[in-house]
Amino acid sequence: MRTIGIILRKEFRQIFRNRTMLPVIFILPFVQLIILVNAATMDMKHIKMILVDLDISSVSRQLSDKFIHSPFFSIVGSDFSTAESEEKMLKNEADLIVVIPEGFEKKLFRNGFSTLQLQIDAINGMTAGLIHAYSSQIISGFNVELLASAGTNALVNNLPGNVAIEYSFWYNKELKFKYYMVPGILVILLTLVGMFLASLNLVREKELGTIEQINVTPIRKFQFLMGKLIPFWVIALFELAFGLWLGRLLFDIPIEGNLLLLFTFAGVYLIAILGMGLLISTLSQTQQQAMFLNFFILITFVLMSGIFTPAESMPRWAQQLNLINPLAYFMRVIRMILLKGSGFGDIRSDFLGISIIAIIAFSLSIWRYRKIA
Amino acid sequence: MKAFLGFVKKEFIHIFRDFRTLIILIGLPVAQILTFGYIIRNEIQDVKIAILDESKDPVTREITNRLLASGFFQLEEYISSPDAVESIFRKGKIREVVVFEDRFAEKLEREGVSHMQILADASDPNSAKMIVTYTQGIVSTYLSELKRHSKMPMIIEPRVRMMYNPDLKSAFMFVPGTMAMILMLVSAMMTSISIAREKETGTMEAILVSPLRPIQIIAGKVTPYILLSCINAIVILLMGYFVFKLPIQGSILLLFAETILFISLALALGIMISTVSKNQQVAMFISAFALMLPTILLSGFIFPIENMPRILQWLCYIIPPKYYIITIRSIMLKGTGLAEIWPETVMMLSMLVVFISVSAARFKVRLQ
Repeated sequence: MRTIGIILRKEFRQIFRNRTMLPVIFILPFVQLIILVNAATMDMKHIKMILVDLDISSVSRQLSDKFIHSPFFSIVGSDFSTAESEEKMLKNEADLIVVIPEGFEKKLFRNGFSTLQLQIDAINGMTAGLIHAYSSQIISGFNVELLASAGTNALVNNLPGNVAIEYSFWYNKELKFKYYMVPGILVILLTLVGMFLASLNLVREKELGTIEQINVTPIRKFQFLMGKLIPFWVIALFELAFGLWLGRLLFDIPIEGNLLLLFTFAGVYLIAILGMGLLISTLSQTQQQAMFLNFFILITFVLMSGIFTPAESMPRWAQQLNLINPLAYFMRVIRMILLKGSGFGDIRSDFLGISIIAIIAFSLSIWRYRKIA
Repeated sequence: MKAFLGFVKKEFIHIFRDFRTLIILIGLPVAQILTFGYIIRNEIQDVKIAILDESKDPVTREITNRLLASGFFQLEEYISSPDAVESIFRKGKIREVVVFEDRFAEKLEREGVSHMQILADASDPNSAKMIVTYTQGIVSTYLSELKRHSKMPMIIEPRVRMMYNPDLKSAFMFVPGTMAMILMLVSAMMTSISIAREKETGTMEAILVSPLRPIQIIAGKVTPYILLSCINAIVILLMGYFVFKLPIQGSILLLFAETILFISLALALGIMISTVSKNQQVAMFISAFALMLPTILLSGFIFPIENMPRILQWLCYIIPPKYYIITIRSIMLKGTGLAEIWPETVMMLSMLVVFISVSAARFKVRLQ
């Protein structure tokens, strides 16, 4: 125990002596948290729309008014040629082109049926889906009004009626994406700091040759790696606490659940992550190698964890791969505890999973570490 | 010139001698693009839902069937009381509960209106919104079909054309983004680390006293990495084309020109980082921290820039990958030419000039 204490003193001294790294560890993450939390939103507010009204009738004008007054669309132009507006879509100046063809009104009154065209920039499939949904809502609302105004009330009444849909958003009534993003980005940042620092630290000793000196001491492998793990474990937990406080202060994120539970889970999670970092460093010879390995593993973990995109949409095999992705566990759990107030019973299986990963990762790194250069 | 060539040769030897790093540099981008092309989807699919059906009549059954047949939703369980909602949401698996009121079909027919409720777990607000919108859409489509059978006198029907990506494939969205991310990070990190490493191990001193001029040192450092990044870019493009069937509508030549421009930009950024950092760790952390999250979040890779607050949109103007992503999406998917994307190209060029001048000004011929 005393040996570990001494190694810890050495490690902490080294960390705090490195003046250039301190701001990188303690300031940069929080600057990023504050800025980036605002970036991740799917709120579609200003869908850029071009209206091509080739009919110029009273019906077409009424319909265009519906689009103009909708909060989702902002009209960026009205053309009389589809070619011109498609040109604009090519330049990213429009997301949606609504084409009302010639004879639109005439057909509607004569045949009782008329069509119009929606052209949607679909490179981002998800926003395209939303644009489609919003514009369909406007058009079907307009259909109902048309029927009513045409004095077909009798008919409307005879139709199979309407379904009144009420909806409510639980845990986040106003759909504030910040509530969702603060925990997520916080997890990424503390993982980045912990994993990279721990693994670079060990490789650096290899690269500089100072590891030789430690290898010839009676310090055991386990003690040495504990000494490398604990400082970054403490730093990362501190960053989590500070980040939560900052999120509470600036973004008013809710903390519904038990903080002790959250920090216990975070503690186990960090052992898993730091263990992986140390394992990588025992496998690499230079900081550059360690860096690239860490980096690619982390990016894969982050994007698969479901922080930015829904994890349920991934193919099944990829969801199963997430069983070995510590970030996926923590991302899910931190949101459950903070936003929904889930208790230990709700996250039991996640706890078990992360503990297994933690034990395996740390034991592997001890096993892989060689006291020979 | 001969001294310069010698220097470039030294750099190549450095790179090829470190076989592991080389494998990582070439292999991992391939793995990465495969993963992202196949795995990351931003549309809704197989969302687990629960249904509370107090009516259990043909209409509610039909609506349920349609929800499940859409591919967006997957029925996890039927619940029998509203009290169960809280506990299933807390477990975190089920994201939406659909509630039909008692005597649903009967009320619909007699009173002309019946009620249903959609409860969504909005701890993920972005997908909650999509889930609710899609559910509403499915119900209202069903209703309008019901009405059509009863001969409506007038109806307007939209015909939808999904431009540039008719099957709404996520890969179309993510492959260009991943490419920008990989090129940015690999190029910037590699150069910054390699220069910082010479400083740290003290070999920089030896290079500085050689007759090479600073500009030659920088150019020599960068040359091998330009080559490596080009190989990466070509591999990624080929995979995008053959594996994910990304079309290349526009000119391939232009695509390569823009890619080389972006690679040079990323390398210049790496040099700039190395001139401000003393050792490898600082260089790595600045490259990883200052570049990774902004490249993912502020470039339009996943989240559309137009939806961000105004101040962040301004911030996005100085994120180089933003321009590259716009450029390659335009060239590959829309088939645009230089006439449309010249503003982005000019922006990248001017950033390149700025980065190079800053690093030339900051590059010191003396240690300390």
